[in-house]
Parts: sequence; structure tokens; C-alpha cells
Amino acid sequence: MTQTTPSRELMLGNKAVARGLFEAGVCFISSYPGTPSTEITEEAAKFDDIYCEWAPNEKVAMEAAFGACLAGKRSFCAQKHVGLNVSADPLYTMSYTGVNAGMVIAVADDAGMHSSQNEQDSRHHAIAAKVPMLEPSDSAEALAFTKLAYELSEQFDTPVLLKMCTRVAHSQSVVETGERVVPVKPYEKNIAKYVMMPGNAKRRHPLVEQRTKDLIAYAEESPLNRVEMGGTELGIITASTSYQYVKEVFGDSVSVLKLGMTNPLPEKLIRDFAAKVDRLVVVEELDPIIENHVKTLGIPVSGKDVLPMIDEFSQNLIAKALGKETASGRSFSEPIPGRPPVMCAGCPHRGLFFTLKKNKCTVLGDIGCYTLGAVQPLGAMEMTLCMGASIGAVHGFNKAMGQEAEKHTVAVLGDSTFMHSGMTGLANVAYNQSNSTVIILDNSITGMTGHQQNPTTGYNIKGDPAGKIDLEALCRAMGFERVRVVDPYDLAQCDAVIKEELAAECPSVIISRRPCALLKYVKHNPPLAVDQDKCIGCKSCMRIGCPAISIKNGKAVIDNTLCVGCNVCSQLCRFGALGAGKEA
Amino acid sequence: MKTKNVMIVGVGGQGSLLASKLLGHLLLSQGYDVKVSEVHGMSQRGGSVVTYVRYGDKVFSPVIDEGEADYIVSFEALEAARWLPNLKKDGIIVTNTQQIDPMPVITGAASYPEDIIEKLKETGARVDALDCLKLAEEAGSSKAVNIVLLGRLSHYFELPEEAWMESMAAIVPSRFLEMNKKAFQLGKDA
Repeated sequence: MTQTTPSRELMLGNKAVARGLFEAGVCFISSYPGTPSTEITEEAAKFDDIYCEWAPNEKVAMEAAFGACLAGKRSFCAQKHVGLNVSADPLYTMSYTGVNAGMVIAVADDAGMHSSQNEQDSRHHAIAAKVPMLEPSDSAEALAFTKLAYELSEQFDTPVLLKMCTRVAHSQSVVETGERVVPVKPYEKNIAKYVMMPGNAKRRHPLVEQRTKDLIAYAEESPLNRVEMGGTELGIITASTSYQYVKEVFGDSVSVLKLGMTNPLPEKLIRDFAAKVDRLVVVEELDPIIENHVKTLGIPVSGKDVLPMIDEFSQNLIAKALGKETASGRSFSEPIPGRPPVMCAGCPHRGLFFTLKKNKCTVLGDIGCYTLGAVQPLGAMEMTLCMGASIGAVHGFNKAMGQEAEKHTVAVLGDSTFMHSGMTGLANVAYNQSNSTVIILDNSITGMTGHQQNPTTGYNIKGDPAGKIDLEALCRAMGFERVRVVDPYDLAQCDAVIKEELAAECPSVIISRRPCALLKYVKHNPPLAVDQDKCIGCKSCMRIGCPAISIKNGKAVIDNTLCVGCNVCSQLCRFGALGAGKEA
Repeated sequence: MKTKNVMIVGVGGQGSLLASKLLGHLLLSQGYDVKVSEVHGMSQRGGSVVTYVRYGDKVFSPVIDEGEADYIVSFEALEAARWLPNLKKDGIIVTNTQQIDPMPVITGAASYPEDIIEKLKETGARVDALDCLKLAEEAGSSKAVNIVLLGRLSHYFELPEEAWMESMAAIVPSRFLEMNKKAFQLGKDA
């Protein structure tokens, strides 16, 4: 059970946000999972007092949260940085309508790209949408800022962005929790405020500009932005996790202006701070947003001339950039092989990708664990852009190249990604009629982000039975006459069906169906064993890139702590050397 | 007290998150300020993973940089070598001797260095190496490698054993508690 009474504990940044949502009296949460934001919604779902759901995508989630705030309940949605691109459409106009009950939107950036396809800086969205953005630097602030964000949302009649980053979201630090208080507002019909057609929007826009001025006035005095005076030779303006690195390096030996609100930025506070120090530096990850603001004020400042725009920061990086000595370590005497992530042993995607490679297919891929199909030795993916792009792109690729492409090109995406934004791409294939082959890897879960339910699994965020969308029926209803289902553990079946569907003169969908091998309910077979007399060391079994198989002394070896007995490798062995082992 | 730094390194899926959770709980119970930084998402899929645990009077940064780690607790030999540059001059490596081949080694694109433990010692680093997988299996589950390592680490921490046991009881599911207590002792006594 999740504790609902106050306590002092070590808490993950994302869990601290969830705690803040609980204490702020939030009643409605709708999100789409995305690293490093996922745990906020997962943790919030453990509170019985909060309704939580996984939506099919971030745009739907944000719209649902908006509807809930309109109805008078404090609401919330969370997404990763690229997810905010999907939900940017409602966000930019919610800036005009404002809110009824408070609404907060968490966006988690991933400087360093631990688990992302780009390194975009979400602060640009706050500026462009003209909504306030708060940036906590540890778990205690994550909790406090979340609660404060609701007060600001209602005071200034605006959605508020809460910006997390990997090192705040996925670090645990000490928090003190409080009680839950639930403010509720009545719903009132207000067409001029909530119906954004041109006549009404024209009257709302000046209010948005005035709100920004009011928020700047708030930023000058807010406890969110604080000055910590120390030595005055160097003054540092910083925010988020960079603040922690700055304090680690300099302690109280420099002066720091710590910004908890990074949009809009204060002016007088910055001028006053700059006047008190000899040299001013902005320390911020990714883009020079605070730095450019300081420059606009006509204040000489250093920043991206000494610090990188790429990757996340650390204490040593900042120390070196600002001329302080750092500790050095020993180095190992020989090269250390990399250890990139790989598909797990027994991953159902492996057999499918092996078959695509064998058929020399051009694979336009998507976002999920299966993006690892691009990694050697499979190397069977040639494009990955954003959620759902595989289907959009295969249509354009085939239309542009014609028959030459249609016979060997496929789109590959997962069940959750298909629900997120693959359906609209599929509608385009059906409507504008390209002879495309789309493969949905249905592993019955949202895998990469750590096993979240989605509209095809039949369960909701709490694990209770829910609506279940039938993929085959959906594809047929969209006009696909050829909808095939294969088991990716059966290489011969995969091979035959892929060949048939690529050869077909009309578009088709292949559903490669087998649950993720890491799901708790999936029963594993005993590990396979290698018959040392039959194995000739031909390495055929190595072509699938399974982490459980290696070659030792010229023979295949199965790691029985990893092997789940999926038998894909044994289908590649012409000598019958890989077979059922003893019961574990 | 000056901030102390523990790095927990290994291969995605080996159970390092539970180890850092237990360590964080323990250090908080001893009255320290604590920060723990974890890795979630794609790199967890069999990739090289690192967790930082920092504790002291007041901890700022959640990460541990080059030359800063007082302890590197490694679930796998190659990972100990990978993170060696982060070890403090007088730091200690507590490592499992287990070898898990990364994909570039499996495909033959790279080779796994031989005699890693010896080579680590040759750099002047203090290395405490033990076969944690064997000890974990002896305790009852190959999954208890994390607790065997923590048992070994407890040697170097001046904390009462009861405190470790209390944190273990708070973090580990009760049905695995006895097995993990055994794993802890085996690591400690190894």
C-alpha cells in the first residue's frame, strides 16, 4: 500500500511529483508512458484517491486532463520531451483558454539521451506556448513545486509546465511529505473563454500577454527564484540539476542565482544579481535559453562559450569549464569492449527481425525495444524517427519508388506505438492506396518503458480488466483485406507469410504476436543445451544476436541463467545440436 | 562528514536497482543525507548500467565523476574495469568475478580482456573479488548476487549488522528474506 500519511523518506524524483499530486488534491491523471517520465503516473496510480489512466498518446492524455480541469477537478498529464511535441497542439491553445481547476503538465527531458531519439530542450515549448515552467532540482523540490504549480495555475489562469530531467526524475533524495487537501471548483459554461474560434481567441490573446507580464512580476519576488550570496568574484545563474553540480563544485565560494521558474524569466532580479558579482556565468544544460535572456537585458555573460550544448552535465565538467581542478582516476591497461543494450534472450522480436534480414527487406522502423533490431548482428532496420513514423514513411517510400520498393519494404512498429500514432498512418495507406506491408509487433504490452498496459492488452493501469481493441478487426475495418497473424518463434511460418504479403498486389498487415518474455505470466521453457558431439562450431546460431549464446573453444555455449528455451536458435542449427536441456 | 560515494555497476537485468534501494534505505536510517541516481529505459536491456549512491551531511550532485568513487560495487568483471577511472586513488573495488560477454564479444567484433582482476590490481587499485554467482546459488538463488555483494561491502562500512538486516527486511519481499540473509552472510564471510 502507498503511504498516505506524512513521513520523511528517500524518494525518486518522479515519485515525489506523484506525492505532490496527491497532496495537491489532484483527482484526474491521463498520461502516455515515456522515459524518464513514466514513474510519475505509475506511482500516482497507487493512490486510491486519484483516477489514473494510460491514454493512447500524449495529445489524447492532455486533452483528457484539460476536460477534467474544465469539470472543476485538479488534473495532470505527464510525458517525455518528445511526447510534448505530440501534445503541443492542445497546449498552445490551452494557454489561451486558461483553466478552471488547476492543471499541471510534466515534461521530462533527457539530456544525454539515455533512452531517447533526440535531445530537444522543452523550455522552447514553454516560451512558444507562453505558459509558466517550473524546474525542480531534486525530489524535495519536485514535491513542493508540483503543489505550488497548482496554486499558480489557478492564480494566473494557465496550465503550468513542470520540467523534469533524467537526473531529477531518476534520482532519489530526501523528502518530507504532507497531507492531501482537495480543492474543487464548479464547472461554469463560458463560451468566450473555452471556445477558441477566431473571434474569441482574438480577445484571449491580449490576456495571455498580460499574464506573462504578471508572471514576470511574480518571478521577481517568488521564492522559486532565490539568490545565495557567497564570494562575489563569480556569480552563477543556474536551474534544475545543474544547480546541484554548481553547489558540489563551488559550495558557498561563489554566488548563485537559482531559478526554479525558467519561464518567464525575471529581469530586475537578474540585473541586481549581475551588479553584485565581478563575472557572470549561466550554467544550463542543452540550449542557451537563460543566457540569451541575460544577453537581451544587455548584461555581459558567459555560458555556451565555455559549456557544451550537448549531453548532460556533471560536477567535473563544470569545474573544468570554469577553471577548477578535478580529481583524476586510473585507467585500465587495454581496450574495454562496449556493452550496448540488446534484445533480451527469448525476445519475440528477434525471430521476426532475423526473417526480415534473411529476406533482405528494407525495414522502416519505429520507437520501442524493437529499435534494437538495428543493432548488429541483426542490423535489420534502416530508419527510426518518431512514434508511428514507420507507417507514414513506408507509404511515401513505396509511392516514390514504386514496385521496386513494394516487394521488399516493410514498416515495423509495436502494439502500443501503433495505438499511439500508427493508426492514422495506416488510414493513409488505406485511403491513398500504397501497396505497403505493415508489421505490428504485438508483444501484449508497452515494453521499453517498463511494461505499461495499452488499449490492445485488455487491462488498465491498475491491472484491472478494461476495453480491448481487436487489432485484426480494426485493420480489416480500415479496408485491409490481407491481415495475417504469425508467431515470431516460428521462423518457417514468419518466412512464408512475409514472402506472401510482400508479393501480394494489395496492402497488408502482418501481426507478429507473442508476449514479451519478461512478462511475469509468460511461462519459460527449460534452457536449451548444446550437444557437443553434434556442434561443429559453424556459428549459424550466432546470427540472431541472442545474449544467451556464445562460442567457447569452437563450440556453441548456452548461458542457462539467460536462456528461456524459445527455440529460435535451434531452428537455425542444421546439425540438430541445440535441443531441450534438463529441467532447471 | 565529507560526502562518500558508492557506484553500483553491472549489466542490465542483474538486480542493481534493488541493491541501490537497500543501500539508500540503510544510509537514510543512519541519519545521512542521501542521493541515489538510477538508470531506467533502453540501457536496462542488457546494457552497461550504473547507479550512484552518495551520502554525507549534505549531498548536492546525484552523480559520481572521475576519481570520486570511494567504492565501486561491480556485478561483473568487465564492468569493474569499465568504471575504474571513477575510482578514488584510495578507493576499493568489490567485484563479482562473473564474466558476461557483451554483444560485440559474442559477435567476435571485440575480445573480452583476460585476467581482468589481476590487471585491476596491477593499477594499484584495492580489489576485493569473489564468485558471487556461486555464493548466491549456495544461498538458494542465482538472483541473490546483489545481496552477496552488499554482504561483502558491509565489511568496509562501519555500520551495525542489525541496521543492514532492518533495511533488508524493509526492502526485500518477505518470502525471499531468509534466502537473502543467507546470501548476505555468505558474501560477508567469503
